[in-house]
Amino acid sequence: MSMIQFFPYLIVSAGVTYLVRMLPMVLMRRKIENKFILSFLYYMPYSVLTVMTVPGIFYASSSAASAAAGFAAAVVLAFFDQGLLRVAAASCAAVFIFELIAAYVQI
Amino acid sequence: MRDDNNSLKKGLADGIPICLGYLAVSFAFGISASDAGLSVIEALLISMTNVTSAGQLAAVPIIVSSGSLAELALSQLVINLRYSLMSVSLSQKLGKSVRYADRFIISFVNTDEVFAVASAQRGTVGKKYLYGLILTPYLGWSIGTLIGAAAGNILPEMIVSALGIAIYGMFVAIVVPEAKKSRAVALCSLLSAALSCSFKYLPALSKLNIPQGFIIIICAVSASALFAALCPIKTENAKEETAE
Repeated sequence: MSMIQFFPYLIVSAGVTYLVRMLPMVLMRRKIENKFILSFLYYMPYSVLTVMTVPGIFYASSSAASAAAGFAAAVVLAFFDQGLLRVAAASCAAVFIFELIAAYVQI
Repeated sequence: MRDDNNSLKKGLADGIPICLGYLAVSFAFGISASDAGLSVIEALLISMTNVTSAGQLAAVPIIVSSGSLAELALSQLVINLRYSLMSVSLSQKLGKSVRYADRFIISFVNTDEVFAVASAQRGTVGKKYLYGLILTPYLGWSIGTLIGAAAGNILPEMIVSALGIAIYGMFVAIVVPEAKKSRAVALCSLLSAALSCSFKYLPALSKLNIPQGFIIIICAVSASALFAALCPIKTENAKEETAE
């Protein structure tokens, strides 16, 4: 594919994605006072992240078992408030170690 | 009135884990874009202008197969519509230091992770904090794509596999501490997970082939709306009025 053919795709894809993000932030300039909407906006981030994590996380590494090990490590460290970087690193380490052991014992 | 969070240093510090997670994920995107037939520069341009994982992954097959622009636009709209919810939510947390023009730049990098980290701060977030927060993730997203597309096969498979979980680890690190504090958030998250799994594993729902972007919206909106009705949060209006 030549660059000339590629650019319309790039512009459409980037344009739609940007408008979806930009318009609400630029247009919503006053504080919402409605209690229901405020409560909805409070729960929404946690709900979105959970929907994206479960079951997606179990397909994020080469096997569902190693991903489960990474998930468990993340939940335990997050429960003890270890912060984003440590939790993410521990999760990766758990996957790596699990796959290392699994390859060694041929599960 | 000063913003509750407006330290460039804290923004940069909070952005680093997102950046590391993005390096891993965009690296994987670079590999798949290159395997699909895009050039290194094309893969990089997509990442630098879209800054979204799921949307980009869906765009690549449409582009390489010379699909229609309408199909591409619709797929991006559906997959990325959740960002509208996030932008509305984040607009409510922006402090006085965030000018009108800043909204055009900050919204460009309002990804799931940036939104989640900014939302998790107590009180308002200011301009310096936000620019610090988005800087390294944007660079990580771009550089990871570049390296993945140019030299994707230099890393052993086991390392790539382990890095793939980094983003999800971050999500867990954001949800679990709040769920520990608030029983309603814990229950809302459990319901969200159950709904999400239903769309994946219940044959009646999974055979509908609903795009992932819609599934996220349906599950998150219904769970959040239910809990907003059942367990409304205490609003701080009264407190603010007396303080001013």
